[in-house]
Amino acid sequence: MPNKALGQNGYYLPFVSPLNSATASQIHNSFRSVNQCKNPSPFDSSKRMAAIYSLYIINKSGGLIFYKDYGSAGRMDTNDSLRLASLWHSMHAISQQLSPVHGCSGIELLEADTFDLHCFQSLTGTKFFVVSEPGTQHMDGLLKQIYELYTDYVLKNPFYEMEMPIRCELFDINLAQAVLKDRVALLGR
Amino acid sequence: MAPVAPRSGDAIFASVERVNSELFTLTYGAIVRQLLTDLEEVDEVNKQLDQMGYNIGVRLVDEFLAKSNVSRCVDFKETTEVIAKVGFKMFLGVTASVTNWDADGTSCSLILEDNPLVDFVELPDTCQGLYYCNIISGVIRGALEMVSMKTEVSWIRDMLRGDDVFELQVKLIKQVPEEYPYKDDE
Repeated sequence: MPNKALGQNGYYLPFVSPLNSATASQIHNSFRSVNQCKNPSPFDSSKRMAAIYSLYIINKSGGLIFYKDYGSAGRMDTNDSLRLASLWHSMHAISQQLSPVHGCSGIELLEADTFDLHCFQSLTGTKFFVVSEPGTQHMDGLLKQIYELYTDYVLKNPFYEMEMPIRCELFDINLAQAVLKDRVALLGR
Repeated sequence: MAPVAPRSGDAIFASVERVNSELFTLTYGAIVRQLLTDLEEVDEVNKQLDQMGYNIGVRLVDEFLAKSNVSRCVDFKETTEVIAKVGFKMFLGVTASVTNWDADGTSCSLILEDNPLVDFVELPDTCQGLYYCNIISGVIRGALEMVSMKTEVSWIRDMLRGDDVFELQVKLIKQVPEEYPYKDDE
């Protein structure tokens, strides 16, 4: 039962599983070739599957309400992910203040040697960000899509309390689908 | 250049999932009826409807922002226009018009000529003080609060009370600045 496997810790994601047959390795191979010509990564790419390493959602006061990681690179324990979330929240706020541009809405993309961090903040103050492989494109589209899923499956869930950690099965399922679809689209490009 | 906010909600209305409007109307009617039975006092029902609307509004605003692709409004005038033209269309399938601005631009009226909530409804003599659609005012108040605008929303005219249109007054109390970190001496 895939639904049963969607726990807090063990996420069911068909494309991440290393044992997942020929399709997975095909995806992987074509992905490697795309990536290598552009931007060689210092990670051992044979151990890595996902273009997105992890996804975070932080509420308007800087608390981590959702964290999920995809693939082996950049995996973090709970404490580290909480720390990263609040650190990003503060950095985002500071960047808004420091920016010479009037009406700046904060950092949208942070590029590092080993990862990119794409951030989207909704007008209500909730931040969505993904840590991805360097050079991954079209993450803003995915983030907007995740925002829509959040409004549909988290905010409309009557048992979800605002600003609290997200534990909604429908959100997990639809999110997994969206990320998978995004990956397939990425390979098609 | 930021994307221009859509001036009408038609496209969004066509693309979002909808329910049968009669089912919607009757469900809302059942809620109000049940509240009247439970709370007995009409004033309490008004208050409860407003609170329910508020709770809906604080969540609904995110859906609105996510699906309508509007960008930040420059002033309160634009905000009310967006609510009337895009918001009402998206969630209720009707549009409102904005009039009666006061001199300093903080208060205006939304006029609804058509309101799907009141199809089939007539108020009995025992509930003359009831604002049947008070949930809408709560939704607007809640939604605007999440985008840092404290407002007061009240009904001026109500077709169920014999007026010719629905008129909703929206008054901006204050704009809460969302900039942080706050200064140390405050």
